[in-house]
Amino acid sequence: MGVVFAGVVSHAPGITGRAERADPALRDALYENFYRLGRELKESRPDALIVIAAEHFANFFMDNMPAYCMGMADYYEGPIEDEQWLGISRVRIPGNAALAGSLIESMLAEFDLAYAQEWKFDHGVMVPLHFLTPEYDIPVIPVNVNCQGPPLTPLARAYDFGRALRRACDARPERIAIIGTGGISHWPATPDSGKINEAWDRAFLESWLANDRAALTSFTDEETYLEAGQGGFEIRTFIAVSGATQGCAAELYFYEPIPIFAVGCTVARVHV
Amino acid sequence: MSLYYVQKLLYQLNRDPHARRRYEEDFDELLAEYDLDAEELHAIREPDIGLLYVMGVNGQILMHYAALRGYAWDEYIKAMRDGLAEHGDVRAGLYVTTDGRGAV
Repeated sequence: MGVVFAGVVSHAPGITGRAERADPALRDALYENFYRLGRELKESRPDALIVIAAEHFANFFMDNMPAYCMGMADYYEGPIEDEQWLGISRVRIPGNAALAGSLIESMLAEFDLAYAQEWKFDHGVMVPLHFLTPEYDIPVIPVNVNCQGPPLTPLARAYDFGRALRRACDARPERIAIIGTGGISHWPATPDSGKINEAWDRAFLESWLANDRAALTSFTDEETYLEAGQGGFEIRTFIAVSGATQGCAAELYFYEPIPIFAVGCTVARVHV
Repeated sequence: MSLYYVQKLLYQLNRDPHARRRYEEDFDELLAEYDLDAEELHAIREPDIGLLYVMGVNGQILMHYAALRGYAWDEYIKAMRDGLAEHGDVRAGLYVTTDGRGAV
């Protein structure tokens, strides 16, 4: 069957951890769009949900940092962070090791991704799941793209990763959903936390909505760093979703800068 | 002197309950296992969150250590700004400041 659903969302920990400090109207509108995407995700009846995330030193460190890694376990746990700090209770989340193993084996023919049979989800996965699958009842297959510890994978490679993932998914009988999670411009966990380059974000989203591979992969990391901060490196997750949905129309459900959440909060769907 | 080992220690504290127990029971014994110089040991023990930020500790690691040491979010942001004022520009890593003001 293959890919039946795709989208992208923000994952900033402030979305749940500092919820009470946001403008209520903006926060509630963001939440409603998260829930809308979640309802549509459920309606697509996925057998598994692949979350392409950019983790933040929860499982991977510079002693052995994979550019790409896929989880291959029957269950995961999260959040790894303090539950009160994130505002999400710790839970066990079902995985699908057999399906993940098949996808990895298929992708290895063209992509040297790593795998992990143990993985603790940080906010990069937990914030999206908290809204999209609040019952944690869809088996999750996590994917990490290293966006924190340079050298980082080239953007064109992230796009091609998505294409390889799509081919692997489409060779399977299962119904598979893909969600990419990351920031666009942001400077999280710095003195500049809350700074957001809305113009840059909107220009990026325009290219993303058009699945314009040339535009999406044209940024250098130097440009991204200057215009979008170190958090901007997470565009790799959005670009991977573009690779997995080449030729498909995308729709922006929500974009608003919410400074206390430290990111331009985004919810978008790709019509696969 | 090694930013790598400063970050590795804090990464372990953030993710590993066993490391956190050792932090609570005998922090010095845990610290002795890492290649840290006097300034790094001082910044971790105090803790001097601003100095750790200026050293170049990745914010995604540092914000959790700050929380572990009792810093609320606004106190964490303030500690980094104070660190810039006291210790100068960030020396290494991705988390250099651009204008230091943010929007919050």
